[in-house]
Amino acid sequence: MSALLSLKNVWVEYGDKVVLEKVNLEVAEGAFLSIIGPSGAGKSSLLRLILGQETPTRGTILLDGQPLKPECGPDRGVVFQRYSVFPHMTVLGNVTFGLECPAAPFAARLFGTARRKAEAEATAMLEAVGLGDSLHLYPAQMSGGMQQRLAIAQALIKRPRILLLDEPFGALDPGIRADMHGLITRLWRDYSLTVVMVTHDIKEAFTLGTRVLALDKRRHDPHAPHRYGATAVYDLPLRGPPVPAPEPETAPEPVAATN
Amino acid sequence: MRWVNWHLSKRDRLIAGGAPILLLVVIYLIMAAARHSANPSDKILPLPGGMFTAMANLLTTPDPLSGNLVFWADTLASLQRLGLGLGIATLFALVLGLLIGALPPIRATLSPLVTGIAVIPPIALLPVLFIALGLGETSKVVLIAIGVAPVMIRDIAAHVGSLPREQIIKAETLGANSWQIIARVALPQAMPRLLQAIRLALGPAWVFLISAEAVASDIGLGYRIFLVRRYLSMDVIIPYVAWIALLAILMDVALAALSRKAFPWAHGESR
Repeated sequence: MSALLSLKNVWVEYGDKVVLEKVNLEVAEGAFLSIIGPSGAGKSSLLRLILGQETPTRGTILLDGQPLKPECGPDRGVVFQRYSVFPHMTVLGNVTFGLECPAAPFAARLFGTARRKAEAEATAMLEAVGLGDSLHLYPAQMSGGMQQRLAIAQALIKRPRILLLDEPFGALDPGIRADMHGLITRLWRDYSLTVVMVTHDIKEAFTLGTRVLALDKRRHDPHAPHRYGATAVYDLPLRGPPVPAPEPETAPEPVAATN
Repeated sequence: MRWVNWHLSKRDRLIAGGAPILLLVVIYLIMAAARHSANPSDKILPLPGGMFTAMANLLTTPDPLSGNLVFWADTLASLQRLGLGLGIATLFALVLGLLIGALPPIRATLSPLVTGIAVIPPIALLPVLFIALGLGETSKVVLIAIGVAPVMIRDIAAHVGSLPREQIIKAETLGANSWQIIARVALPQAMPRLLQAIRLALGPAWVFLISAEAVASDIGLGYRIFLVRRYLSMDVIIPYVAWIALLAILMDVALAALSRKAFPWAHGESR
């Protein structure tokens, strides 16, 4: 099977500081890739590369065999740890916005039948993430967990080729985090998503991922710590992607809830 | 209890807030009464009765030359200049602030110019405006607009520029183009800040208005104050200043209420 996303000999350097060196990565369609590593090991840099927010200093990134445009686009959805939702839009508005953008390039909003259709689609997506009762709330009126559910719905409405998660559950308390793990596993299966998740929670990485990638520096020069960048030091396939849906929904909540 | 934790009830806040104002009024009345007992025709510290008579004249008796009720004509003229000046400044602040804040090439092009204009003391431009635009309404309105717009533009631009990067990225991944990001992400979030900027600009705007009216005008609140100064008419000046203060407070309160009403999400309300 051909890879959905492939990075070939990718380097990221800021001046003479090397952040990532010689990263080679193939992500298959349907994979749930967890990226772990110590702080400063370039986890977020790698995510920003895939997102198109940054361009590699060297190397190429291919999405569906095509070179990645150095700009964010609707083929890659993202959920950040914070600031993922728009505080001035209601829950429904936040999700409908993604449908309005391609449909109304000049008016920047939809009206009449088109609007009702988009809102119906957004409502269905919000029900899928469990926010069907909160359509008209503003994000500030919701808990952190609900805001992340909204951010996920907002990203999924675009049916992205890849969903990028940047420590999405890092700011949530353990019980909520377990719920969110169940949710993201279910969505990943129901919508046949390809997910790349950066996390600092190793248990989370192993319970959710079909594959865990550990980034770290292979070499370390004590006199010039910035001269060597991080790369994939471990690449552990856990389950074969794409995973067939296991019958009972006994997601790994209890395990994750213990941290 | 520590003073930092000592929160007053609403009634106590009214008493505490009213006390210094009342104290000043009482001190003024005592001083005025003392002066009037020494010299019944004193003009420097008029008694309330004197102010009332002088103002009643301006409020109700038409001016023999123009046929206007002077007080209301002054108020209308001043508010029109203030409204136009602030309105133009607000428009510029919104459009330029959004463009400078959201679009790096526009920021690179216009930011130095706006900064340059902002550091010129607007009153120093007043002669230029009078020479270039004449002594009519235009120069006064333009003075207010030039005086307050640069600060407002920079405030809005800074606010838009400091929107979390994540929000802009998120909008891009939702397929938004630059225009849609400005119209749907930056503009709505700049609006509460714009109202805040207008509130803060009200003070300087009044300064520029009164200055322009003092230098060259034939009507307006500032003109009247500087006109009657020649006759030591404190009985007109003091009520006029109080009226200006009241107008400024009313505008401030109205803008704050509008912001809470129109942008509840920005005030953490309706929980």
